[in-house]
Amino acid sequence: MAEAVMSGVRAPAARRSSLRAIARRKPMIAFMMALPLILLILLLVVYPALYSIHLATLNRSMKRFVGFGNFLFLFKRDTFWMVVKQSVIFACTAVFFKTLIGIFLANFVHTIPTKGQRKWRGMLMVSWVIPTAISSITWFWLFDPSYSAFNWLLAKFFGTAPIPWLGEPLWARFCVILVNIWAGTPFFMIMYLAALKSVPEQLYEAAAIDGANWWQRLWYVTLPMMRNIISITVLFSLIVTFANFDIVRILTNGGPVDQTQIFATWAFQVGIQGNDIPLGASVSLFMFPILGVSAYFILRGVRRRSQEI
Amino acid sequence: MTMKPLSRRRFLANTALATTAAIAAPYVHGVYAAGSLSVGFWDHWVPGANDTMTKLCNEWAKKEKVDIKIDYITSQGNKDILTAAAEYQAKSGHDSLQMPAWQPLDKADELESMDDVMKDLIAENGKVSAAATYLGNLDGQWVGVPQASGSQVKPPLTRISYMKEMAGIDVQKMYPLGAPPDKELADKWTWEALLAAAEKCFKGGKPFGLGLGQTSDSVDFVGSVFSAYGAVLVNEKGDITVKSDATKQVLEFFQKLVKVLPPDVFAYDDASNNKWLIGDNGALIMNPPSAWAVAKRDNPKVAADCWTIQAPSGPKGRFAPSQPYFQTVWKFSPNKSAAKSLIRYISSRSSIEQLVAASVGYDIPAFANLLDFDTWKTVEPPKGVVYNYPPRFGTIESIAAAPAPPKIAVQIYVQATMTKMINKCTQGGQSVAAAIDWASSELEGFMRT
Repeated sequence: MAEAVMSGVRAPAARRSSLRAIARRKPMIAFMMALPLILLILLLVVYPALYSIHLATLNRSMKRFVGFGNFLFLFKRDTFWMVVKQSVIFACTAVFFKTLIGIFLANFVHTIPTKGQRKWRGMLMVSWVIPTAISSITWFWLFDPSYSAFNWLLAKFFGTAPIPWLGEPLWARFCVILVNIWAGTPFFMIMYLAALKSVPEQLYEAAAIDGANWWQRLWYVTLPMMRNIISITVLFSLIVTFANFDIVRILTNGGPVDQTQIFATWAFQVGIQGNDIPLGASVSLFMFPILGVSAYFILRGVRRRSQEI
Repeated sequence: MTMKPLSRRRFLANTALATTAAIAAPYVHGVYAAGSLSVGFWDHWVPGANDTMTKLCNEWAKKEKVDIKIDYITSQGNKDILTAAAEYQAKSGHDSLQMPAWQPLDKADELESMDDVMKDLIAENGKVSAAATYLGNLDGQWVGVPQASGSQVKPPLTRISYMKEMAGIDVQKMYPLGAPPDKELADKWTWEALLAAAEKCFKGGKPFGLGLGQTSDSVDFVGSVFSAYGAVLVNEKGDITVKSDATKQVLEFFQKLVKVLPPDVFAYDDASNNKWLIGDNGALIMNPPSAWAVAKRDNPKVAADCWTIQAPSGPKGRFAPSQPYFQTVWKFSPNKSAAKSLIRYISSRSSIEQLVAASVGYDIPAFANLLDFDTWKTVEPPKGVVYNYPPRFGTIESIAAAPAPPKIAVQIYVQATMTKMINKCTQGGQSVAAAIDWASSELEGFMRT
């Protein structure tokens, strides 16, 4: 009886100390600090994602479960495959050029003496800092069907006929990709610049002793040392570019004749404007397997290279 | 403290006094005795139009002792339809929401029947236009009340001088101020006549700015031409009827028209045609008076030379492109009776007259007896520029993709199937038959339920 009474008295104190012990553990502290972010992600990312999966399994009036019916319907539509093709062209072309120009710019900035580098870095970041919705409107004015500033310049200095920038399919595709490259390249540049700065100087010295020229130093020293960061940047940019909405929506609204339509803009048109939310959700979810496969291969490459190091 | 003993006589006297006072006292209403009401309206483009709506709502709220909360929701970036979709999903939001064309029918299962309100309004204001009936009435039940605010038609907005000098058409004589049209001239005003005028103005350096893009101005305009030629993509039963002589005929018409339009019309958005007119580039666009209103501010010479006329006619009649708005009440609203009371108030003749005046004639009522306000006669310069803006003298308001069942029609509309057909058989270099085959395949995809 006395023991029982004693254990009853000790129990809360013991519980408190064990709680303190748990709280003192580093993983627990880390988890608690990350908890607000985890909750935010659950609320703003996981829940909407699961809800959109749920929506994609419903019929048009959202009253009946149709399983994969919406996806099977999409697979039979020519317009859907055209959107898939255009999304792939849009994302791959834009990411390729962003990578290329990003590497070039990073090398350029890296060679500038530290004193003047900050100015260049700042200037080159401008297009990334401006909200894309606003910069796209400016680009729209430059490409405007009737009052294009580019056409005015072309006519004034070269006497050329006006180009239907947004009215002809090939030009329209060129314009949306160009604006995406313009807006996204600084991100690549800053990531590659950080990577360049972390390449040990001794490697360049050794390469110089071996008589390597500029191109050989880039090919055999710089790029291998940057491969992981290039892969991660490409993956991140692929995700963002595939999901792009504002540039296409503002510049062409998917036209002419759907020739610039990509997943997000078509999903919006079908789902929100066309009152077919389940089909719109299915279109937007189709990005997931494409990005999942890309992420798998890119991250596998990164992991293998990390293990080699 | 001492207490007096309560005698029976004293108890009866006090009780009687209190009872009399309670019965005789008047019922004092609280300031918001009838509760609160939250309303969402479309954010009007015309400066000052929202103020008149707010004034009307506050007048009603004061009279009915309702605490009213108004939100003006822009259609920029489709925020209005996003709001409707979100409230429909969440079953929570405004008590009453103004919705654009296709939304009420799509959300009909969550909308309160407006039959009682419409019965009274039709008795008071006359017959409802065919376009508003098509979009607001589901299987004989009204799911929204057609609103003047925001509702528009898009007839030809012309340049008086260019039409006279280049095309030989006196638009003011054909559709004069305050009088019926000149019958002989109006009868000759057909789509073929518009094509001939477009060719002349193109040669004169002032081509017509008729958009063939994928936004509503383009789709509405093309839809009205299809209606005028009797080209129906899907009929009211839901059968695909695009493969017809009428469709072939209308596409052949557009093949000729595209040759004399600016080369970038396929990239037009809803602002492009306005800019075309305001910038003194062309002799005709199809638009509400907003283009003229901006010209009045930015290019007064152009504004003073503008004149609105009725749409040209085709083999099946004269159709004006239109876009109605509806005021709806959600079933989940806790204050439906107050919402309906407000809708009745803002739909009365006197309220609509004020709203039309505030919008400088932009707003078009859907009721037949409300197309005679002075605003359309008096707006200037030139005086009477918008007199022929409301659809009168046999002009029918058209909705692109009608009479297809609305769930199919909305897909035809938002996917701009008709303008894409035109693009395919003009810029795309395909034959008319190939464009029709393509449309037929697309339409099959819109049939899902």
